[in-house]
Amino acid sequence: MTDTVLNARDDARARGGQTSEWMPYLPASSSPYRPAGVEALTWAETVAPGGYTHKILARGTRIRFDDPTGDACAHVIVYNALEPVERLNVADTVKIPWQAYLGAGHPLLSGDGRVLATIVEDTSGHHDAFCGTSTEMWNQRKYGDARPEGPSPAGRSLFVKAAAKHGLSPRDLPPSVSFFQGIRVDADGAFEWRGSAGEGTSVELLAELPLLILVANVPHPLDPRPDYVAGPLRVHAWRTAPTGPDDDRFQATPEAHRAYLNTIDYAEARGL
Amino acid sequence: MTSTLSFDWSEPLVPGEVVLDDRVAPNASWSAVVRAGDVLTIVDVGGNQSGDCLIYNAADTEERYSVPDTLAWQGNAYVRTGTVLRSNLGNPLMTVVGNEIDRQDTIGGACSKESNTLRYGHHVMFHHGCRENFLSEGAKHGLGLRDLVSNLNWFMNVPVEADGALGIVDGMSAPGKRVAVRAETDVLVLVSNCPQMNNPCNDFNPTPLRMIVVRP
Repeated sequence: MTDTVLNARDDARARGGQTSEWMPYLPASSSPYRPAGVEALTWAETVAPGGYTHKILARGTRIRFDDPTGDACAHVIVYNALEPVERLNVADTVKIPWQAYLGAGHPLLSGDGRVLATIVEDTSGHHDAFCGTSTEMWNQRKYGDARPEGPSPAGRSLFVKAAAKHGLSPRDLPPSVSFFQGIRVDADGAFEWRGSAGEGTSVELLAELPLLILVANVPHPLDPRPDYVAGPLRVHAWRTAPTGPDDDRFQATPEAHRAYLNTIDYAEARGL
Repeated sequence: MTSTLSFDWSEPLVPGEVVLDDRVAPNASWSAVVRAGDVLTIVDVGGNQSGDCLIYNAADTEERYSVPDTLAWQGNAYVRTGTVLRSNLGNPLMTVVGNEIDRQDTIGGACSKESNTLRYGHHVMFHHGCRENFLSEGAKHGLGLRDLVSNLNWFMNVPVEADGALGIVDGMSAPGKRVAVRAETDVLVLVSNCPQMNNPCNDFNPTPLRMIVVRP
């Protein structure tokens, strides 16, 4: 019965209190998937296959991605939340550490010589910093449908919407990185598909500055399966401390050392 | 210093009417609109001089060169003859129609004052960098930091080794070597004649580039 405002209100309210496979959990600490040993969460969500999420997080936040089925692919762009013109620079992220393959200890660098986030844990090792995410043109060609509201949305379409919700435009979308589906480069430069490391792997990032993070959970562009195969992506975050002089990774390499010095210099000057 | 006697200014890689012929001084920036069908020849005049390059749809600069789209579509990390330089929408912006070195780079990115502090130390913060050139040249076209994305590096050599090790190593180019790219739509091309003096991308000796646009 939705014929009157009161009946419509009752009908709408009767829909509350339910759950779905993909949803945010509020308060975050009530998540049914709370990571072991973590008490107070600041973000808890299961992102649908073909879905996206976004959040502004405090400096020092630890962000955990879980791939429960082995079919998630977390495409990620990070920004300095205080000045989003400072954003992920994938070229610097692979060039400065002298390493193309992402893994534990790898910094996600901005174009401003600072660490936006550090990969601090990684049980997958199957990631990619070359191929970015899918476009509507790509998905139309591969799946025959790329409508953002359709069954096989492109990662870029989701990033466009996520960015817009923070006042950002397509101009503000740099190349992204992806976690849980990997590639390797052979001697001739050709990409070799490695795919997933299997179900139950996780990646943890540490926000080194106040962070805006955009996440699109869509198939990797080079996924050879003809169908749009995507699994749920779990996201949990909690407050810890950013990388500092007491952490082993602070001086693990001269490049990382100076990157953390630059990051702390910025944070101190801003009173963070 | 390389003697200017070893310079080779060369000539266009494809025949046709020359519609633009510019010399770009060491450390300087350059830009031009290249019309659909026209071919831009870039000459590495002094040898092993990196030309950092960004490309935009001239009619709508929100559509711009995309490293990941270019690489994913061709399934390969290196740029060679036949590589279609694609936009962030997947559209072809330019195609490499001629190339006189084994491979060109698009994964090494641009140097900057800021990243120089990470790679070499804060004592080189005062050095010039390609990001500075892109900002100066881009401002002439209403482009700013939001519009700088991962770029091409003509004549730069960045191998990816079996374990993922990646870096700028000695170049494979020589005086007079060329690359030619055909515009597939009207494009705005920004080039930074790389001023980097702390790695081998310019053979530790920045030299000129010659930019020739030919209408076949």
